[in-house]
Amino acid sequence: MIEVFGLFNYWVFAALLMTGLYTVIAKTNLVKKMIGLAMFQSAVFLLYITMDKVEGGTAPILRNDVPGQIYSNPLPQVLILTAIVVGIATLALGLSIVVRIHEAYGTIEEDEAAKMDRE
Amino acid sequence: MSGLTHLPILAVVVPLLTAPLVALLRDRTLAWIAAVAASLCTLAVAITLVGALESVEYLAYPLGSWPAPYGIELRVDAFSALLLLIVTGASSAGLLIARDSLVGEVGSERQHLYLTAWLLAVAGLAGIVVSGDAFNIFVFLEVSSLATYVLIAGGPRRPALTAVFNYLIMGTIGATFYLIGVGLIYMMTGTLNLADMEQRISGVTELKPILVAGGFITIGLALKAAIFPLHAWLPGAYTHAPHAATVFIAACSTKVALYVLLRFDFFIFQGNLPDHEAQFRVFALPLAVVAMLVASALAIFERRNLKRMLAYSSIAHVGYIVFGAALATQTGLTAGILHMFNHALAKGTLFLAAASIGLGGAAVTFERLAGAGRRMPITTAAFVVGGLGLIGIPGTAGFVGKWYLVVGAAELGPAGVLMVVPLLVSSVLAVLYVWRAIEVAYFGSPDSARSSAPAVRAEAPLPMLAVLIVAAAANLWFGFLPSMPLTLAERAAEVLLTEPDQHK
Repeated sequence: MIEVFGLFNYWVFAALLMTGLYTVIAKTNLVKKMIGLAMFQSAVFLLYITMDKVEGGTAPILRNDVPGQIYSNPLPQVLILTAIVVGIATLALGLSIVVRIHEAYGTIEEDEAAKMDRE
Repeated sequence: MSGLTHLPILAVVVPLLTAPLVALLRDRTLAWIAAVAASLCTLAVAITLVGALESVEYLAYPLGSWPAPYGIELRVDAFSALLLLIVTGASSAGLLIARDSLVGEVGSERQHLYLTAWLLAVAGLAGIVVSGDAFNIFVFLEVSSLATYVLIAGGPRRPALTAVFNYLIMGTIGATFYLIGVGLIYMMTGTLNLADMEQRISGVTELKPILVAGGFITIGLALKAAIFPLHAWLPGAYTHAPHAATVFIAACSTKVALYVLLRFDFFIFQGNLPDHEAQFRVFALPLAVVAMLVASALAIFERRNLKRMLAYSSIAHVGYIVFGAALATQTGLTAGILHMFNHALAKGTLFLAAASIGLGGAAVTFERLAGAGRRMPITTAAFVVGGLGLIGIPGTAGFVGKWYLVVGAAELGPAGVLMVVPLLVSSVLAVLYVWRAIEVAYFGSPDSARSSAPAVRAEAPLPMLAVLIVAAAANLWFGFLPSMPLTLAERAAEVLLTEPDQHK
């Protein structure tokens, strides 16, 4: 039991990842697809943040007056800060493409736009 | 401190810093001159690096003088240098024709912004190949991808928007998969430096997370590299992008993803995961064979748009490269890596010719191609040279790569000889689709096609023609004198196949 709950964050990671991926694949509405993609990326943020946590660890600010202090790993947080920026850029670009698709096709449904392409 | 020290970072910094400058230059001519200068500068850096690597195994550049593995390290070896040459060469060719070619496709008041995105794509792609850091590669992967989406969607054709949306979805999923894989490896090894990672994985006892990471990274990058059956985004994106951008993107973007894939699968996992070689072979070889056959067949049945036909052919050629890599031998890998270079040359030439034919923003349909042989003899001749390279006729660069593929397959014994068959069948299929295009160009009559599309009038402007002639000549040059790319490919294959404990 403890193993299942001890890995709680990883379960949430997997659930978020799959929910996002399912949304991207199953929905035809382009905005909903972008929402799914954002969830999909957020799941990975959680994976990285989880792995840097050290039990009993604190923020990685070196203190000489507290001997034996354990610190969490700051590197994954820095990495994920970058990944969040990348994710936002992707989301912004994706949504702007949706806006242009709406201007050009008059719809944001993928199947309707595909039908108009074939005609 | 010799002058060579800073070369690896220059390949990224020059286009990256010129990009905002180009955005500020609102004049379309000035912006174009700056972009071309930056691209040619980067090409010069790539050529110098190739020269410098003749005497050393690799050039390392610790960013900010932080020593590896704590800081980010750029590391250029023969494999990186060859890819850098492809990226910068394709970008320069595309940019040189961009001034004429973008007319009618990208409005002149937006061209400086379009060229900004172009330079960012160059910086991203160059960054991927020079970087020696797994997370750094992810960031550059996204920089180049985001810029590439803009390049594809920038044209006037409406289907480009839906095509680029699909590309964005699949590209992001691919990059995120890669990120998950890197995260899992980081959990197990605590390093992001590729060379350090290779060493440390051999000390990991619990290999399951590494195996999962290998799966995520391979699938994610296979999406970006359009390895069959993950190629669905490619035809639409290539077909509807502005012509000049297609030259650039088609020649290098899938190859850079393949580069990262091979870097991980051979440099890092090979030798560290049990049976990795056999697993990679069983996974990749069938996909490569199916890609070669199915994508070539699809190219034959594409009867309307020339660029879409060439796009399908690109998927087939990604199959060739994967085929060579999947043999997992010195000859096989050499062949695959050499074919990256040769295919970039051939496909670049073909898309340059397509850009001349579609000048003014017209779609490059077969109807428009009809009779081009009489009206634009030089363009069509270059198209023929590129097409022969695609088939692999002796005397063109394409032949050398295919020859090595055949030799590499035959080295594996009877089963390998059997694998030569799909190679040959696919080449025959290539003869069919290339010949149809040539037949239409020389013998097709534009009047017989009941179309309102205006026929091609005359040759393209001189700058476009000059680039096209140089590209076609390069196809022949490297067909007769393949030693430069061949040596680099051989050395790249050696680097990839060396076991971790054999590095000094």
